[in-house]
Amino acid sequence: MEPYSLSIKKLLEGLKDKLFSQEEVYSSFLQRVNKYNNKLNIFLTVCDEPYKKDKTKSNKVGGIPIGVKDIFVTKGLRTTAGSKVLENYIPEYSATIVERLLESGASVIGKTNLDAWAHGASGENSDFGPTKNPWNTQYVPGGSSSGSAAAVAAQMCPAALATDTGGSIRFPSSFCNIVGIKPTYGRCSRYGVIAMASSLDSPGVMAKTVEDCELVFNLIAGTDEYDGTTVTFEPRPVPRKIRVGIPKEYFSEGINNEVRLQVEEAIRIISSIPNVDVVGEVSLPHTEYAVATYYIIVPSEISSNLARYDGIRYGHDRSFFGDEAKRRIMLGTYALSAGYYDAYYKKAMKVRTLIKQDFEKVFEKVDVLVAPVSPTPPFKLGEKVNDPLAMYMCDVLTGPINLAGIPSLALPAGFTKSGLPVGMQFIGPQMGESILFELGKKYQEVTDWHLKKPMII
Amino acid sequence: MNYVPVIGLETHVELKTESKMFCSCSANYFGKAPNTHTCPVCLGLPGALPVPNKKAIEWTILLGLALNCTINKESKFDRKNYFYPDLPKGYQISQYDKPIASGGWLNLKSQNSNLKTTEKKIRITRVHLEEDTGKLLHSNKDTLIDFNRSGVPLVEVVTEPDFDNSTDVKRFLEELHTIIRYLDISDADMEKGSMRMEPNISLRKITNDELRITNKNQKLELPNYKVEVKNINSFNFAKKAIDYELKRQAEILDSGKIPVQETRGYNDKKGITYSQRSKEEAHDYRYFPEPDIPPMEFGNEKLEMINDTLPELPAAKVERYIKKFGIKSSDAVIISRDKIISAYFENVLSKIKSDKAGQTVANAMVNKKISTKLSSDEFAKEIEKLSKPKETNMGMLASSIEKAIESNPKVVADYKSGKTNAIMFLVGQVMREMKGQADAQTVRAELEKKLK
Amino acid sequence: MAKQVELTKSDILHIAKLANLTLSEKEVEKYLGQLSDILSYFEKLNEVDTAKIPETSQVTGLINVAREDVIMNDQTIKKGDFYTVKAVFDETQ
Repeated sequence: MEPYSLSIKKLLEGLKDKLFSQEEVYSSFLQRVNKYNNKLNIFLTVCDEPYKKDKTKSNKVGGIPIGVKDIFVTKGLRTTAGSKVLENYIPEYSATIVERLLESGASVIGKTNLDAWAHGASGENSDFGPTKNPWNTQYVPGGSSSGSAAAVAAQMCPAALATDTGGSIRFPSSFCNIVGIKPTYGRCSRYGVIAMASSLDSPGVMAKTVEDCELVFNLIAGTDEYDGTTVTFEPRPVPRKIRVGIPKEYFSEGINNEVRLQVEEAIRIISSIPNVDVVGEVSLPHTEYAVATYYIIVPSEISSNLARYDGIRYGHDRSFFGDEAKRRIMLGTYALSAGYYDAYYKKAMKVRTLIKQDFEKVFEKVDVLVAPVSPTPPFKLGEKVNDPLAMYMCDVLTGPINLAGIPSLALPAGFTKSGLPVGMQFIGPQMGESILFELGKKYQEVTDWHLKKPMII
Repeated sequence: MNYVPVIGLETHVELKTESKMFCSCSANYFGKAPNTHTCPVCLGLPGALPVPNKKAIEWTILLGLALNCTINKESKFDRKNYFYPDLPKGYQISQYDKPIASGGWLNLKSQNSNLKTTEKKIRITRVHLEEDTGKLLHSNKDTLIDFNRSGVPLVEVVTEPDFDNSTDVKRFLEELHTIIRYLDISDADMEKGSMRMEPNISLRKITNDELRITNKNQKLELPNYKVEVKNINSFNFAKKAIDYELKRQAEILDSGKIPVQETRGYNDKKGITYSQRSKEEAHDYRYFPEPDIPPMEFGNEKLEMINDTLPELPAAKVERYIKKFGIKSSDAVIISRDKIISAYFENVLSKIKSDKAGQTVANAMVNKKISTKLSSDEFAKEIEKLSKPKETNMGMLASSIEKAIESNPKVVADYKSGKTNAIMFLVGQVMREMKGQADAQTVRAELEKKLK
Repeated sequence: MAKQVELTKSDILHIAKLANLTLSEKEVEKYLGQLSDILSYFEKLNEVDTAKIPETSQVTGLINVAREDVIMNDQTIKKGDFYTVKAVFDETQ
């Protein structure tokens, strides 16, 4: 079996048993990259030689190549954030979680494409052209971690680092039939993550299986002295019996039928897993206000976080910003400006409290929520580019999770009739990743969606 | 038309912490090669994050306590958003609506020549913590930027517009400077830029019926404009700049116009303030809570701990010196300006047997009669020498006394009629005659005997 | 019926100035329409009663995160020379 088709678990076993060498593993993936990257536009920078440390603290993932969303700074390796502003930017330091992976023996195989500054849900906001969905190149792979998702799906790397601010890990995972964890806010360090919305950005992992995803997550998670918002709380233990709730607002009329059917089928399968109890319907009454809340708070923080890009110390000047970046900067500047702060930003911060409380109340009764990730199946390139608000509505099922700061695991739940992936998410309470991984692993023991691979023509 | 000055003061103090406010770069930037004390955080590189300096927070609380402020139980940092080349992130991390300390005051005491004490209370609106910007250097066609100073902790002290003259402002600055040096939290060196101030100046018209404002509790109707003056590099310049401004504004008001609300610079060479052409629009800073830094909560225990480290402050020390050592208020103020000198003073006194030596030691120190480079033991010995009663030539004394009594019949008559103080004049005459070679106590005693 | 928010051209120019962005005529037109639409959508939040609700600006629940006052050099970047920018009006002249 070609190394590129194997999971990390199997790769590590194979390396241990000397079925292949680290160089062979790397070269196997690199060949995939070189074969399909032009067509799919997945990697912005490719490392022909593995980007790794010579001396590492451990070899837990020795020899495993990882794709890194180009939102993480990598010392000496070009980092663009998907924007022309940073087209030639070479960072002088590396992000903490990249460092942690490198210290565990991993190599970076390249920097993956993304919506510029992580602003987007389709990948079409990249200043370097959109990434294509490996399942059907006429379709978007989802965003903003478009390249990372497509890379894993196209078997260019067994796992990839990415970030999720409003769905940017879960949405593309769902469109590409892979697994993606959006951890608890503060569980993974944001030091070295080019900031989008500081109070929502959650670095996380994408992989082919839940098992692999958990493996890499455990290597990168944990407090960081360079990030004052990393949490020191105890991870929640997995309860003996996992109680599952179904949030009714996530299955409203606006959800596409095929998506609904696939997820409902998944719930039926879940209910048959031993020690899992599907309790029934729960309510998150403020769900309908999440998009408005999100698109006030996030652009406000964006407008401030992008203020440093003036071209003086690095990068190009502000005339190099793309359309979506400018739009969000303006929106955020307006929401924070004198006379409007109370009506917009302050109001949104209060509704955020209500959304957070919705989840806290629900998690007193259940351990996990199961819901779709996207209200629609993957859409075609160009379909939503001219309607920013329509694109923002893609975040309706993912954004609330970021506002509440809780974790969510996206994983494959099936396909539409036309063969496009449909994903679902397991939403958990703060520090509840283990519960999500446990349920995810159990689900993948009795299903095989995650084993399906796209045929790249 | 009469005007009352309405002046408020904004002072910035650089804390002398080891590391910067939000990163671990050295904060000791003065005189270092450009951009050598920098890191991703203080350079505002993509992906960098701030982590606050614990000591800077504690020192801000300390200063707030020294200024009689209430320390706010809940506090936080906020982003102040604006664009300028010396501001690498495009925002400054500062404090907006929940500063660390607020609602304090500082008493300005002064004693005039008639020994009359006046006290003026200057209210401190707030004391908050923020970060400093980089430094700009202007050359011909380029502006050069050095970020060594970027991120150094900065405490801002803001007063209510309680000043009505420039002398008080100068005294306030001197007192604040001394307090800061006592707390040992900053060098507060105006020349090096570790203490900066900006007065806000306006004039208020008063009618002939209204009283001059001395009571701060009176409701002041503030003027509808104010002028901020920057680039003042010494306490003296502050006084000059304010005086110039007051004159300039009075002239404008006299002509029936209102001075423009603006920021002006001070040029000491020309002795003028000038309008700054750069940013004249009011800034919209779009403050919002800093999402990268969790909020702060100060418990009673912590505050008590910090309060316990407050040293005796200058004002209290001056009081104590006057009461305990009986020295003049002006001498007490001079000696108390420096903690080391005050300690020396008390040390010397502790080595002198007499408990009435306070003013003598003060005189010797203030008038530099004895060198303070001596050890306190040696200084004390010198004082004892001075205080030893002088060998008095009794013969010469008798004749000098005779001479003095003869030459001053009116004074003698005054003394005999009950004006006991009149004898001091005669003592002085005798001392002069004796060329100081007499013990004043002895002279007085002999005179009293003679005049009975 | 949600209130329509209609921005003006001068609103857009003012925001752009605050945001240090230079916009073309076309862009001003475009953003005028788009931002007005988006802001109109935000009116939805007026349906929610938040009078007694506190604001959330930190979802972790952390407080008092600070570091000891020590110098560390592992992240130091030394350029050793100035950064330059086209001459800015000297505020101290």
